[in-house]
Amino acid sequence: MPKPLRYVNAVAQALNDAMAADPAVMLMGEDVAAAGGPFKATRGLLDAHGPERVRDTPISEASLVGAAVGAALTGMKPVVEIMFMDFVTLAMDAVVNQAAKARFMFGGQCSVPMVLRTPHGGGLNAGPQHSQCLEAWFAHIPGLRVVCPATVADAYSLLRAAIEAPDPVVVVENKALYALQGDIDVNAPREVGKARIDRAGRDATIVTYGATLYAARAAADRLATEGIEAEIVDLRWIQPWDEEAVFASVAKTHRVVIAHEAVQAFGVGAEIAARIAADAFDDLDAPVLRVGAPFMPIAFAKTLEAAYLPDADRIVAAVKSTLA
Amino acid sequence: MPSSAAQADPIPANPIPTDRRLALHRTMQTIRATETTLSRLFADGEIPGFIHLSVGQEAVAAGVVGALGPRDSFATTHRGHGHVLARGVRLDLFFKEIMGRAGGICGGRGGSMHVADLSLGVLGANGIVGAGLPLATGSALAHQTRRTGGVAVAFFGDGAMAEGALHECLNMAALWKLPMVFVCENNGWSEFSPTSTQFAATLDKLGAAFGVPHRRVDGNDVAAVAETAAEVVEAARSGGPRILECLTTRWHGHFEGDPQRYRNADEVAGLSQNDPLRRSAEALLAAGIEESALAALVDSVDAEIRDALEAARADALPDVDAAFRDVYTPTTLTAGA
Ligand SMILES: Cc1ncc(C[n+]2csc(CCOP(=O)(O)OP(=O)(O)O)c2C)c(N)n1
Repeated sequence: MPKPLRYVNAVAQALNDAMAADPAVMLMGEDVAAAGGPFKATRGLLDAHGPERVRDTPISEASLVGAAVGAALTGMKPVVEIMFMDFVTLAMDAVVNQAAKARFMFGGQCSVPMVLRTPHGGGLNAGPQHSQCLEAWFAHIPGLRVVCPATVADAYSLLRAAIEAPDPVVVVENKALYALQGDIDVNAPREVGKARIDRAGRDATIVTYGATLYAARAAADRLATEGIEAEIVDLRWIQPWDEEAVFASVAKTHRVVIAHEAVQAFGVGAEIAARIAADAFDDLDAPVLRVGAPFMPIAFAKTLEAAYLPDADRIVAAVKSTLA
Repeated sequence: MPSSAAQADPIPANPIPTDRRLALHRTMQTIRATETTLSRLFADGEIPGFIHLSVGQEAVAAGVVGALGPRDSFATTHRGHGHVLARGVRLDLFFKEIMGRAGGICGGRGGSMHVADLSLGVLGANGIVGAGLPLATGSALAHQTRRTGGVAVAFFGDGAMAEGALHECLNMAALWKLPMVFVCENNGWSEFSPTSTQFAATLDKLGAAFGVPHRRVDGNDVAAVAETAAEVVEAARSGGPRILECLTTRWHGHFEGDPQRYRNADEVAGLSQNDPLRRSAEALLAAGIEESALAALVDSVDAEIRDALEAARADALPDVDAAFRDVYTPTTLTAGA
């Protein structure tokens, strides 16, 4: 049995193994080198791979992400870290107008093989500017890939897949998961766009991703005590998302709740719900429901943050109402 | 005139050989004739969208790009035709792109503001002011890390001096001693506003703040640009970032069709007085080149442009299915270890 790893160490291991496998892979970000990263996701990598490939950058988000695009266009495979997802606002030109567009607007001459790693999510009382879930922004942009690993095993294999992917990938981690323990499988298939059935069930489908997986598991446990068997689909990839897996589950259970930590309005759940309504309507026995954060910034105080984050209670209630 | 009223540094002393001058002249003539043709095509409705011409600024493109070697790379701006043409992009592929044809260098996806030729190290023109600066910084970082021996150039206009990207990139390039040249084409105008109303500092002072050496040249004197650029590029190759500021003149409006109401009549009338092509021709004549040789050069450039334009007009419009397939790289990723 391998020793269980923490999620954050699985990230570091994936980075290390990717760098060992391909000399073009390099890391860039604020405090990623000597300090080992603000969350220690890059600890040990400076020693292992040297200061040219593990580079501390100034606090210049716009230009460091832009520089990663330029480096990717000149033969490197940069993995950049943005310390909190909230700070990608400063780098939006580089991600949205440069990285995402280069392949298309240059007529397929090139691709931009870079990864932007960044943590989202609440649970640490980090307040309105250090907790946001902005993944829907990126999923909305043609040319970008978005992945959100929920488990330790996926923290490893999905990051490896992201680094191997030829196009820009935004890898969204969740700060609240960094301490989670589990095993990795370095030989697991490294696929883009494949969901995972986390728990099989026949009565209702809970589609989720990221840290909300754990609220969904708690909800499914509670529902099981009442004889309701919920199936959990852990999406893993948000762009592209696994329509086949979701539609197959809907065809089986006929009831769907989509749960995520991001604000519900205009979110990932809205897209999935609309697609199910358009393309799997005949399989539905109830309206598709969403469980997401309320339409407000995430607040600092413990009570406020707790009320904001989607929890098992809300998922249980939603599943029951699809069964009512 | 650049509104900064800045003075160019003294012109370097080494005269460049006549055949080299002739090559630079030909590059400038190609840019001038291409852009004059584009201006006409635009007025006739043959070019969709908007185009920003660099008529009057040819000496910067010819001089700077001419100083680059095959390993070098550059990122350019919305006013980037000259740089790409100077790098030797195929003229027919260039015309097709600007005219939105399937056979364009970017398949008609990019148009004037996104011309790129990755095989020549051209990382693209850019529709976002200042956005080429980080791209070139990263390209320089890749040259350094991969030890390609290459230098990356970031072309930017004086308007981009006000963008944070320049300040961030000067800092990063200086910290990491990147093989990089920041080339400012200072034409005194940021769109419709004089740059003196946009930027409180001067580029030499900004460079000094980061310890990045700065040179300022008469950007309408191709020999001065070429010689200085050659020195600066070689200095950057081993010695870290450099700034080259070229004082030049934008003859046309910000974009084609811009009536330039913000410029006074005297200025508009005087724009072509400092014509880099005329100055270059005079220098060549003084060096003993026959007038007939220059006329023949003009004719041969015109013939190339006629052929390229004909090919572009004959080319098909792009196919939507093909474009759709290039949003992502076609791939199935299921690799295990
Ligand atoms: C980020 C951004 N802001 C504004 C614009 C609109 N715009 C296009 S060119 C330009 C002026 C640029 O001036 P300068 O850098 O001096 O270049 P020049 O046009 O003189 O060559 C502006 C404001 C833009 N394209 N991108």
